[in-house]
Amino acid sequence: MNKVKQIFGGDTRQLGMIIALVALLLFFQIWSGGLIITPNNFNNIIQGNAYILVLAVGMVLVIIAGHIDLSVGSVAAFVGIVVATAIQNWGLPWYLALVLGLVVGAVAGAWQGFWVSIVGIPAFIVTLAGMLFFRGANQFVGKSNSVTVPSDFIQIGAGTLPEVGPSTGYNNLTILLGVVACVGIIIGSIRGRAKLVRIGATVEDAWITWTRLTLICAVIFGVMLLFASGTKGFPYSGLILVALVLIYGFISNRTITGRHIYAVGGNKNAAELSGVKSRRINFLVMMNMSVLAALAGMMFVARSTASGPFDGTGWELDAIAAVFIGGAAVTGGVGTVVGSVVGGLVIAVLNNGLQIESIGADATQMIKGLVLLAAVAFDVYNKRQGKPSITGLLLRGARGGRGGGTDDPQDPTSVPPSAKTETARTSETIGQSG
Amino acid sequence: MSITPGPSGPPAAPAAPPGSVILEMREITKEFPGVKALSDVSMTVRRGEVHAICGENGAGKSTLMKVLSGVYQADGGQIVFEGQVVHFNNIRDSEHAGVVIIHQELALIPGLSIAENIFLGNEQTRRGAIDWLATRQKATELLARVGLAEKPDTKIRDIGVGKQQLVEIAKALSKNVKLLILDEPTAALNDSDSQHLLDLISGLRAKGVTCIMISHKLNEIEYIADAITIIRDGKAIETLRVKEDGVDEGRIIRGMVGRDLESRFPDYTPHIGEKFFEVHGWTVRHPSVSDRMVCKGEEFFVRKGEIVGFAGLMGAGRTELMRSIFGRSYGIYVSGTIVKDGKELTLRSVDAAIKARIAYVTEDRKTLGLNLLDDIKTTTVAANLRRITHNFVVSEPEEYRFAEEYRKELRTKTPSVDEGVSKLSGGNQQKVVLSKWLFTDPDLLILDEPTRGIDVGAKFEIYGIIQRLAAEGKGVIVVSSELPELLGISDRIYTICEGAITGVLDKGHADQESLMRLMTKNSHGGAGGEISVAEVEHGEIAS
Repeated sequence: MNKVKQIFGGDTRQLGMIIALVALLLFFQIWSGGLIITPNNFNNIIQGNAYILVLAVGMVLVIIAGHIDLSVGSVAAFVGIVVATAIQNWGLPWYLALVLGLVVGAVAGAWQGFWVSIVGIPAFIVTLAGMLFFRGANQFVGKSNSVTVPSDFIQIGAGTLPEVGPSTGYNNLTILLGVVACVGIIIGSIRGRAKLVRIGATVEDAWITWTRLTLICAVIFGVMLLFASGTKGFPYSGLILVALVLIYGFISNRTITGRHIYAVGGNKNAAELSGVKSRRINFLVMMNMSVLAALAGMMFVARSTASGPFDGTGWELDAIAAVFIGGAAVTGGVGTVVGSVVGGLVIAVLNNGLQIESIGADATQMIKGLVLLAAVAFDVYNKRQGKPSITGLLLRGARGGRGGGTDDPQDPTSVPPSAKTETARTSETIGQSG
Repeated sequence: MSITPGPSGPPAAPAAPPGSVILEMREITKEFPGVKALSDVSMTVRRGEVHAICGENGAGKSTLMKVLSGVYQADGGQIVFEGQVVHFNNIRDSEHAGVVIIHQELALIPGLSIAENIFLGNEQTRRGAIDWLATRQKATELLARVGLAEKPDTKIRDIGVGKQQLVEIAKALSKNVKLLILDEPTAALNDSDSQHLLDLISGLRAKGVTCIMISHKLNEIEYIADAITIIRDGKAIETLRVKEDGVDEGRIIRGMVGRDLESRFPDYTPHIGEKFFEVHGWTVRHPSVSDRMVCKGEEFFVRKGEIVGFAGLMGAGRTELMRSIFGRSYGIYVSGTIVKDGKELTLRSVDAAIKARIAYVTEDRKTLGLNLLDDIKTTTVAANLRRITHNFVVSEPEEYRFAEEYRKELRTKTPSVDEGVSKLSGGNQQKVVLSKWLFTDPDLLILDEPTRGIDVGAKFEIYGIIQRLAAEGKGVIVVSSELPELLGISDRIYTICEGAITGVLDKGHADQESLMRLMTKNSHGGAGGEISVAEVEHGEIAS
């Protein structure tokens, strides 16, 4: 059991979510007699939920920074109607309409960011106002009617990778995508490991790294093969989502802005006294959220081929639920992009499975509510017990060292340096890695 | 709660004489995952005495008191209270038996009145409704007993920390307390408030209330305690009877650290260079009260390799001065200039101050200094991420490496730099905060109360670090409420009173008396006015 933990690294929370997701998939697969894990159904799950997952990516940053955004559904609907009207009535080409949509989202986000960060009104209030305002704006622009969009726009919501190259019985581009992803992950891991070795930090045993890589690549390739074997390739909305997860995952972990978002959410006063410009961060996360809401709105319009007056109702709650199932803390400072997307997928699979089993909307909502409550309750319970999280229960008995093996660092080669020699050594390192 | 007669303790007499045993803790053991916090700790407290518990941070003092008050359950051992073996399952049980604990972090609700706070959880009712008349009457009586001249309807947020502490004691008295436990009651108080509190504890002792007091302030312990139990590494080392054993501070320190501390300050010869940092006519307005100046045209300078002390009563404006210099992070700038290395600087933000190589280590570690969700390595690099960022990417290997270097250099006790800062003791947390600011490679380091809430051994190490930095040619400003600390470490000491610098003394010419005189210079009538100044300032800080 300990080995399993090591393979998945120290982040047991994420592991727990992934286990839950896989268990859920298998459960519905068996229950439905094999209707869940099929190329077309996977396409459905991705296309039918991509916009919620895009919102979750933005929402987790908002929640990490210690805020909330209730306006995303309305902003998405407003942008949707503006874009649809622009294409239908003004004859704007689809790509310019896309840009227009993002700009409108940015303006809406700047408006909300201004009130939150400069004026200092709690985001809950600002976005509650935004939720009302932009819903009204949607119905004002569209005169409470639906506006349809032409077929070239619907690609971002309903399109899939086309067939190219020799006929292999599979969708070639989808296969290629899977290969590229696996190669990228393997190269990334090896380079990361080499860096750790170079600075003298303890690294995990090689077999752990390789087993993990094999597992991850097998899963990715398996899923891509599944997509490729269907009548359609991997959906474009899924591509957008994967790109966003990579970009925002990187921003949140490896850039100064990302670190500052966690710092502001964790302790705003301490962050400010460390030189973090918290107003700027608050403005950025609120504005970014609305831009992603705009994207989500356009993806939805594209998929449903029309923008209507009640699009996006309740999306904010789905996105927030995804973030909290994904392990974020209400008090801010805690959460991950990947976790939130996995949390969103848990809801998505739940929806999909219950729908296939013809469970009514009434029961579905009750079940979703209970799942949210249970996921967070596990977190709270385990925190109180001093255990890491949900996996504390799943992996009971697997006490002991954390994965990753960085608990007991060996002596790095350095001697206590003065600040100046440190700088010198930094440039050395840059020289080596560059 | 279950009460069974103790095997050896005598049955509780209705009016037990002073000097008899009120509490006996026998071989208390408490384990947390991976740590044995207490092992076989035994101590005996006599009725009507003030019993001090001393020990370094992390020695297990607070854990022992939490076991006694029912917050934690012991894994082994017995508690005999008033001759009966007791098992307290929670605070309600212990309070029911007359054991009341006042925690270091006060548990008062700022938006409620004094009276409401005193009877919180113990509301005075008549036929199911709150009896406000009785609440106020009883509160007034209790306030008189603790010598607090405030109306029971005053809100907690409108009184200073010193008075809040008295409200906590009044609350304890309302519960018919037999044994009062105070966890570092004077940690956040200034000298006059501390004195008042100690006098109150003496008064309670005279009326037969037994007190257990945890404190780091050895002079206070020497002043008030009848007995001292010393705890080191989760074990009770010894119990000293002050009258019989003739205890002094040196004796207590020896017990706490297990060795003689020759001096409380490391040996050090300063090498002072030229003037490199000057502040002229520094005037700053209060952030919300527009006609109140927190700094009134202050002038001072720092030389290279110099340790400059700033002495002042709490609320005198020391922190306000330093934070306003540090990128205007406090108050509203009115006028004044900062000159560093011959160039005039305009520091409009903390970021600008960091870039100008000024660092400020806050007095309030937990709320202003640390993000308690972070681990050590993230904290270490947090104030200067630029340094390890290349092409917009924060380098994690470099983060780890620097964190490791500072961990070794400052001897931070932790299994790894991946450890969360919330799990560290106060002294080690302070070292991590210092790492964070050393990582910005400052020329001027401003340390606001660098040893607050830190035990003797860690203090000694922090002093050593400060001296090492000065020896590297950096200027260091140390703001402190502890005059012996300032006298021990500074090369020169400025005194501040009511937002103005009132004097400066060289190391050779300064002593506690001369400093105190300067620190109270502007107040009404010298030393006598000290209390009023402190109280006025206090109220404003709290609000």
